[in-house]
Amino acid sequence: MQFQVVNSPFDQEQTELLNRLLPTLSETQKIWLSGYLSVPGVAEAAASTEAVVSSTEEAFTENEPKTREITILYGSHTGNSQALAESFFERLESEKYHVTLSSLDDFKPKSLKKVEDLLFITSTHGDGDPPDNALSFYDFIQSKRAPELNGLRFSVLSLGDSSYEFFCQTGKDFDRRFEELGATRIYPRVDCDLDFEEPAEEWFEGVMHVLSDAPSKGESSPSKKSSETSLTYSRTNPFKAEILENINLNGRGSNKETRHLELDLEGSNLVYEPGDSLGIYPENDTNLVLQLIEEMNWDPNSKVTVNKQGDVQSLQEALTKTYEVTSLTKPLLKKIAELTKSTELLRMVEAEGEELKTYIYGRDLIDLVRDYGPWEIAAAEFVKVLRKIPVRLYSIASSPKASEDEVHLTIGALRYDAHGRARTGVCSGQCAERSQPGDTLPVFVQRNENFRLPDNPDTPVIMIGAGTGVAPYRAFLQEREEIGASGDTWLFFGEQHFVTDFLYQVEWQKWLKGGVLTRMDVAFSRDAEEKVYVQHRMRERSKEIFEWLEKGAHVYVCGDEKYMAKDVHIALVNILEQQGGLSESEAEAYLADLRNAKRYQRDVY
Amino acid sequence: MSKKTVTQDGKPSEMEKIKDESHYLRGSLVESFADPITASIPDADTKLLKFHGSYMQDDRDIRQERKQQKLEPAYQFMVRVRLPGGVATPEQWLVMDDLANQYGNGTLKLTTRQTFQMHGILKWNMKKSIQAMDSVLMDSLAACGDVNRNVMCNANPYQSDIHAEVHRWAKRLSDDLLPRTRAYHEIWLDEEKVLDRKEEEIEPMYGPHYLPRKFKIGVAVPPSNDVDIFSQDLGFIAILEDGKLQGFNVAVGGGMGMTHGDTSTYPQLSRIIGFCPPEQIVDVAEKIITIQRDYGNRSERKNARFKYTIDRRGLDWVRNELHSRLGYELEESRSYHFDHNGDRYGWVKGDGKWHLTLFIQNGRIVDTEDYQIMTGLREIAKVHHGDFRLTPNQNLIIANVSEEKKAEIDELVASYGLTDGKQNSALRRNSMACVAFPTCGLAMAEAERYLPSLIDKIEEIVDEAGLREEEIVIRMSGCPNSCSRPTLGEIAFIGKAPGKYNMYMGAGFVGDRLSKLYKENIGEEEILASLKPILVNYAKEKEENEHFGDYVIRAGYVEEVRSGLDFHS
Repeated sequence: MQFQVVNSPFDQEQTELLNRLLPTLSETQKIWLSGYLSVPGVAEAAASTEAVVSSTEEAFTENEPKTREITILYGSHTGNSQALAESFFERLESEKYHVTLSSLDDFKPKSLKKVEDLLFITSTHGDGDPPDNALSFYDFIQSKRAPELNGLRFSVLSLGDSSYEFFCQTGKDFDRRFEELGATRIYPRVDCDLDFEEPAEEWFEGVMHVLSDAPSKGESSPSKKSSETSLTYSRTNPFKAEILENINLNGRGSNKETRHLELDLEGSNLVYEPGDSLGIYPENDTNLVLQLIEEMNWDPNSKVTVNKQGDVQSLQEALTKTYEVTSLTKPLLKKIAELTKSTELLRMVEAEGEELKTYIYGRDLIDLVRDYGPWEIAAAEFVKVLRKIPVRLYSIASSPKASEDEVHLTIGALRYDAHGRARTGVCSGQCAERSQPGDTLPVFVQRNENFRLPDNPDTPVIMIGAGTGVAPYRAFLQEREEIGASGDTWLFFGEQHFVTDFLYQVEWQKWLKGGVLTRMDVAFSRDAEEKVYVQHRMRERSKEIFEWLEKGAHVYVCGDEKYMAKDVHIALVNILEQQGGLSESEAEAYLADLRNAKRYQRDVY
Repeated sequence: MSKKTVTQDGKPSEMEKIKDESHYLRGSLVESFADPITASIPDADTKLLKFHGSYMQDDRDIRQERKQQKLEPAYQFMVRVRLPGGVATPEQWLVMDDLANQYGNGTLKLTTRQTFQMHGILKWNMKKSIQAMDSVLMDSLAACGDVNRNVMCNANPYQSDIHAEVHRWAKRLSDDLLPRTRAYHEIWLDEEKVLDRKEEEIEPMYGPHYLPRKFKIGVAVPPSNDVDIFSQDLGFIAILEDGKLQGFNVAVGGGMGMTHGDTSTYPQLSRIIGFCPPEQIVDVAEKIITIQRDYGNRSERKNARFKYTIDRRGLDWVRNELHSRLGYELEESRSYHFDHNGDRYGWVKGDGKWHLTLFIQNGRIVDTEDYQIMTGLREIAKVHHGDFRLTPNQNLIIANVSEEKKAEIDELVASYGLTDGKQNSALRRNSMACVAFPTCGLAMAEAERYLPSLIDKIEEIVDEAGLREEEIVIRMSGCPNSCSRPTLGEIAFIGKAPGKYNMYMGAGFVGDRLSKLYKENIGEEEILASLKPILVNYAKEKEENEHFGDYVIRAGYVEEVRSGLDFHS
C-alpha cells in the first residue's frame, strides 16, 4: 500500500517518510507499532507527534466539503426561477456548502468550463422560448463556441405551463445540450407545471442526496424554512390583502374592461419595487364549480385530501380554491383518460394529433366531463390528477413611495365565447365580477430584477406598452416623481379607442404637465380607418428614439408578447438600421448588447 | 381706429387679452388640435374657437363617472353652422345628416337661431367636418364669438317672393359683417398663410379686439314675429306696402341673457329708432356694430351686450351717434303689426309653390325606435328640389315644393310618420327648449330632455281645462343665458339647479313684452301645483282672444314688465 496525500490524512513530508519507512518494517514491527500508537497516554508522552495528528484532523474536516463547488444558474422571466434559485442558495450556504448564485445574463459563458456541480433552473417563455435574461447564454450554449463540459456534473429544474404546446422547452433544451457537451447528469430533469412548489422541492432534495453523503442534511432544511416563513408573508404564505378600490378604467362603450385595484398591504411587511409583480391566488367561479360537481353527481360537501401533508377540504372548497378547473392540458388529459369509461378520450390522447390540440384549446373541465363520460370515479380520486390552481402574476402599477402601504394593479378582464359558452378569466373575472372593496385577496410579491428603472435617475427612459402593459410605467413614474428623478422619460401607449381606453389618462397628463413624463405618444388602433399601433408611432419618431438610445436610454417593453413585443422589437431593429446605418444583424447585436447591459428590458406575456 | 378700444369701464377682461394676443383668432388652435394626449384644447383656445363656430363641451352625464375612472371628461365639440335665415339646400342637408352620423352623436339640432348644431364631434374629426361643410358651401365662421352671429330671418312661407327678397338682405348682412381674418380658412381649410397685412386691412370693421360681446341680428316680416325681433341686438322689421318691400324699421338693444342673482343683468327688448330703405341696411348695421365696438363694456362681460350700452347712454345718444357715423339720418319708423311669434304648421301654397311646416320637438332630429324622423328627412332630402328652412321656433319647412313633387314628399312624410304636430296640444306646438344637458357647459338644469315630459303633465291640466287648442307659448332654458328666449314665453322656465327652475309668466303672445318672475327655484310638483289653478281660471275667465300672457297680468298673478330695467323690480 502506498500512502498518498489524497488518500490519507498525512502531508507531503509525512507521506514520503512513511512511504520510505513502511516497506522496511517486518509484520511483528507493524503489529507492535499499531498497538503502541493506540494506547492512551502514549500520545501525551510524544508531544511532537500529537501536534501533527491534531492539525491533520482539523484539515480533514475543513477540506471535505471543498472537494466540489456548487453553482446555481437561473433564467427567469416572472421571477419564479429566481426565487427558487435564491432559496436553494440560502439553504446550501447555511449548510456550509461552497456555492455561487447567478442569473444567466450575469454569468460569463466562458466560466462554464470551471464550473464543477451545476444546478440549473430555468423557465420557458411563450412558445418554447428562453426568458429574456437567458437569451444570450442560450445562444452561446447552442452555438459551436460552446466548450466541452466533461468535468461538469449537472441537473436541470425546468419551469413551465403545460397548457402551452412547448412545455418546459427551454429546460429540455439545456438539459440535452449539457449532455451533448459531455457533462454528467447527476439527477434527472424535473419539469414543473404552474404549481411548481412541490416538484421543485423534490428535485432539490433529490439533487442534494446525490451531492451529499449525508441525506439527513436535506431534511433539516425545509423545517428550518417553514419556521422562517411563518413570520413573513411569501408565495407559500400569502398575505390576505384587503381591496380598497376596484374600478373599471374603461369608459362607457368600450370593448374592454380593465380593472384598477388598490390593495391594502398594511401590516404585511411586504416590500416591492417598481417592476415587481404581485401574485394572486385566485378562486374559481362557484357557479362553474357547482356545475362541474353536478355534472359528475358528486357531493359538494364530501371531503378530499388536497396535499401530501394530508390537509382536507370539502370538494366544493377544493375545486374553488385549490384546483384548476378552467383549462385543459395534455398531461391532464392523459391522466383523465384512465379514469373514464369512454375509450374515445384515450384514443384521442394516444393519437397525440391535431385533434387533441384543437380539443384542448378554449375548453375546460366541464366540457371534458360532458364530452367524455360516463364517469364512475370518486371525487377524491379525480382531484388527485388535477393541477393546483396557478397563481396569477400582475405587474404592479404603483410605487410604494407614492402609495404607502398599498399596491395597485391593472387587470384586463378576459371574456370570450368558446364552444357555446361565455367564459371568463379566472382571476380577472374574479376581480371584475366577484370582488368588492372590503374583500381580501391572498397575495405575495414576486420580485422581478429584469424590469428595473436605471440606478442613475438621470438616465433617460423609453417605456413602451399596450393595454395593461402600461401598468409598470405608472409605478415607474410614481417612483420617479417621488425621488425627483431628472432623466427624460418617454411613454408609448396603445389601445383601441382614445375616448374609452386611455388607461390612467389624467395621470399621464398630470405627469406631462409637471415634467415627470417628458414625452408621450399614443396609438389608438380603432379610431382611424387604418389601424395604428405603438410600433407605428415609434417609426414616426425614429430619429428621436435613436438619439435617445445613443444617449444611453433604457428601453422597456411591457404587454402582449405575440403581437406587440415582437413588432416593437422589429421596429427597434428597423430604427437602428435606418438611423444608425446598421445591418440587420448589427442591429440585432446592438439590441443584444442593450439587453446584456440591462438597457432593454421586457415584461411580456 | 381699432386702437380706440374703450376701456372706460375698467381693466379689460381676460377675454380682451386673449383676443389681443390671438393674432386675429388664430391663437394656438393648430397646435392644440394636434395634441393627441387630450381631446380638449386649452382654455384660451376654447374662447377663440367660438369665433370659428364651435364650443368645446363634454358629456356631463358621465363627467363624474369618468373622473373616477381616471379618464378626462368626454370632451367633444359642438359645431354651429352659419346659415343666414336658416335656408339650406337638400345637398347641404344631406351633408349635415352624414356628418352628424359619421362624426357627431347621430343627431342634429335645429337651433332657436335657425341653424344646425352638431354635437359630440371629437377633436380629430373637426377639420374633416368643417371641410365637408365647406364642400357644400357652408361654414361655421362667426357662428359664435364676439362678432355678429347667424343672421335670423323670417321663414314665412305665405309670401315666398317677399321671403326670398328679405332673405337676400339677411344673407348680405351675414356676409358683409363677417370677420375678414383668414384664420378660419388657414386652420380648417388648409389655406396658405398670408404674410402679415396691415391691421386695417385684416379686420377693417371689427379691429383686433372684435366686439365686446356677441351681437345678434334678426329680420322680421310682419305679421310674423317668429324671429323674436325684439330679442335681437339689432332688428330689422320689413315694411311691406302693396306687396312690395319698402325698407326696414330699425330696432336696437334687445337681448335675453342675464345672470341669476345679479340684477345689473336683465333681459331687454329692443326699441325702434327709425326706418331705412333696403339699400341702407348693411351700412346701418355696420355703423351700429362700430358703436357697440367702441362703447360696449370690455371690462365686465356680463354687462357688455349692446342693450347695456344703450341703457346706460340712452336711445337718443345712440340715434345721434348713428346719424353722425352714417352721415345721414334714419327716416321716421313706419307702422307694422305682428300677430304671433310661433309657427304655422302644415302645407301652405305661396308663390306657386308648396311649403310644408313640420313640427320638430325642440328641434332635435334623431331616429328613435318608433319615430324615424332623421331617416325620413334624409329620404326627403334625396328627392327634394326646393329648399329646407329652419324656423326660429326649431321647426322645419320643406319649402318650394312643386305641384308635381308634392305627392312624392307627402308619401315620404306619411311613410315615416312625420308630423305637422297638429295632433299635439297647441301648448306643445308652441314650445321651445335649448339643448342644456348633457352637452352644454352652461346648463344648470335640464331643458330639451325634460320639457316634453313636463308638457305631458301640463297637457293633462290643459285638457281638463278645455284649453287644448289654445295657443300658449311655453319655453324652457337650462340657464339664464336664455338660448330659447324664455322671457318671451308666456310660461317660461329658467334652470337654477338640477330639477329646479325659476318660473316666469306674462310675456306678450307676439313677442313684444317680457315675462315676470312668478316663483323661484321650484321643482315639478310645485310647477304643476302653481300652474293648475291659473290655467283653470284662465279657461273660465279669459276674455275673447285674450292670450294667457295678457290674462296673468290682468288677473294679477304677475306685474307687467314694461322694460327690461323693471324686470327684477
